[in-house]
Amino acid sequence: MAKILVIAEHDGAALNPSTAKCVACAARIDSADINIVVLGSGVGDVAAQAAELSSVSQVITVENERNAPAIAAILAPQIVALADGYSHVFGPSTAFGKDLMPRVAALMGVNQISDIMSVAGSHEFKRPIYAGNAIVTVKAPADHPVVATVRTASYQAVDGGNSAAVENASIEVELPSHTRFVELQTGSSDRPDLQTAAKVISGGRALASEENFEIIYKLADTLGAGVGSSRAAVDAGYVPPETQVGQTGQIIAPDLYIAVGISGAIQHVTGIKDAGTIVAINKDEEAPIFEIADIGLVGDLFTIVPELTDALGE
Amino acid sequence: MDKILVGLKRAVDYNVRVQVKSDGSGVETDGVKMSINPFDEIALEEALRIKERGEANEVVVVSIGSSDAQQQLRTGLAMGADRAILVEADGVPDTLSVARVFKALVDREAAELVILGKQAIDDDNSQTGQMLAAIWERPQATFASEVMLDGDKARVTREVDSGLETLEIDLPAVVTVDLRLNEPRYVKLPDIMKAKKKPLESIALADLGIEPGPRLEEGAFEPPAGRQKGIMVDDVAGLVAALKDKGLV
Repeated sequence: MAKILVIAEHDGAALNPSTAKCVACAARIDSADINIVVLGSGVGDVAAQAAELSSVSQVITVENERNAPAIAAILAPQIVALADGYSHVFGPSTAFGKDLMPRVAALMGVNQISDIMSVAGSHEFKRPIYAGNAIVTVKAPADHPVVATVRTASYQAVDGGNSAAVENASIEVELPSHTRFVELQTGSSDRPDLQTAAKVISGGRALASEENFEIIYKLADTLGAGVGSSRAAVDAGYVPPETQVGQTGQIIAPDLYIAVGISGAIQHVTGIKDAGTIVAINKDEEAPIFEIADIGLVGDLFTIVPELTDALGE
Repeated sequence: MDKILVGLKRAVDYNVRVQVKSDGSGVETDGVKMSINPFDEIALEEALRIKERGEANEVVVVSIGSSDAQQQLRTGLAMGADRAILVEADGVPDTLSVARVFKALVDREAAELVILGKQAIDDDNSQTGQMLAAIWERPQATFASEVMLDGDKARVTREVDSGLETLEIDLPAVVTVDLRLNEPRYVKLPDIMKAKKKPLESIALADLGIEPGPRLEEGAFEPPAGRQKGIMVDDVAGLVAALKDKGLV
């Protein structure tokens, strides 16, 4: 039987939806017993949210004031201590999980599988490589624990309604002092987070300036959508880096994705492959984005976007 | 500090559209342009800038794999690295072994900073730096968009999903770099000539005493499930109608 430990991602108050997606992946493994561990300081509320997730048999909390904010070098040894007896340790393929899980794997003396997109067996998984241009099946050794990150865009969050037991664990391991949190600067936007937004509007280099992105923000606010961007727009300084969607930015799966003035380089497209409906607005009818868009509209974005905002705002 | 180690992975060039071989045994790499993994170029640029500011004495570039990787190391030397080390192996070993190679070299060179790309654009793993930091028992500052050294400490700003996080870390440490850290310099012809005279040492993987650990086996390769080309609409009214049709607005 598979015994799977899922590492919760949270900000101290709310459980990040990536956790429910990791659980969805874990639940694809036959007869899996799934536990979630919440490491933090004062994480009662987060643990309660984790306990509601279906398929979870137990939530373990590890309270330590040094666990908040999360630092990989501090969390990893505690996870290793807790992982004893588990066949699998899963985390999300978000900045949090990508930072943490390889450190966990190396401390356990095993390799790590990145970005599981599908489960083929208890030790066999599919994952994307080369910016999603190829999918490879990887097999982990059966006699070692599997440490992996889950490509969250490939999974729908499991339902709530569960009431798993919550138990506190005390872990006695030495924690390093060589890494210290200084600050977190977050965008001041009230718009939905890219990872969880049902709708995302992204702008590309064709927006041509930071000011011009205002039309993207207006459309996004009309639709209650998150705002994304292409690498070109970030490199040009029109939008902050955390908005970047693609191979080296965020991989997302909203119900609706509207790409405005984005040509559709493979590195960008790999970040939206699992979107429900992709809309492309571009003046170049030859732009590769139209090859993968469900709905395409050729024309000047500076006319179309305000018109669309007006039409949808009515 | 004295030395900075930088990893340079030989990878399929950023502009190549990679194709899966028809028999599913791998991806087509014959006759395909190979380059330094773009993130590793940024890592090297950062190391060179640190040295040029007088904050380090030597920049050593390292690659692991076949002798073909000498080409990428020479490019690194032409960019300005002082010395190169090639750890020769049949293909690139598993990531944990790569991390162990770096650990062995860190010990041998007494390096105080290792700068790596945040991921390679071939396997897209994003693991080596974190694994090295783990087995070295030192700090990791991944996905860096700003690195500021201050004596035996560094302040590193990291690109995370919610914004920018700043960590203070004690040296020695591992930093992995993101796209926005810097723009790598272009190599000039005289630098290429000069690079030919710089030392490039080859070491066999076995001579570092590294036993590959439990490996992940790669099975079949397949192309991704494609998305179908959809419909084109003529105007905003058509777009709104199509979105309403799908129940999206």
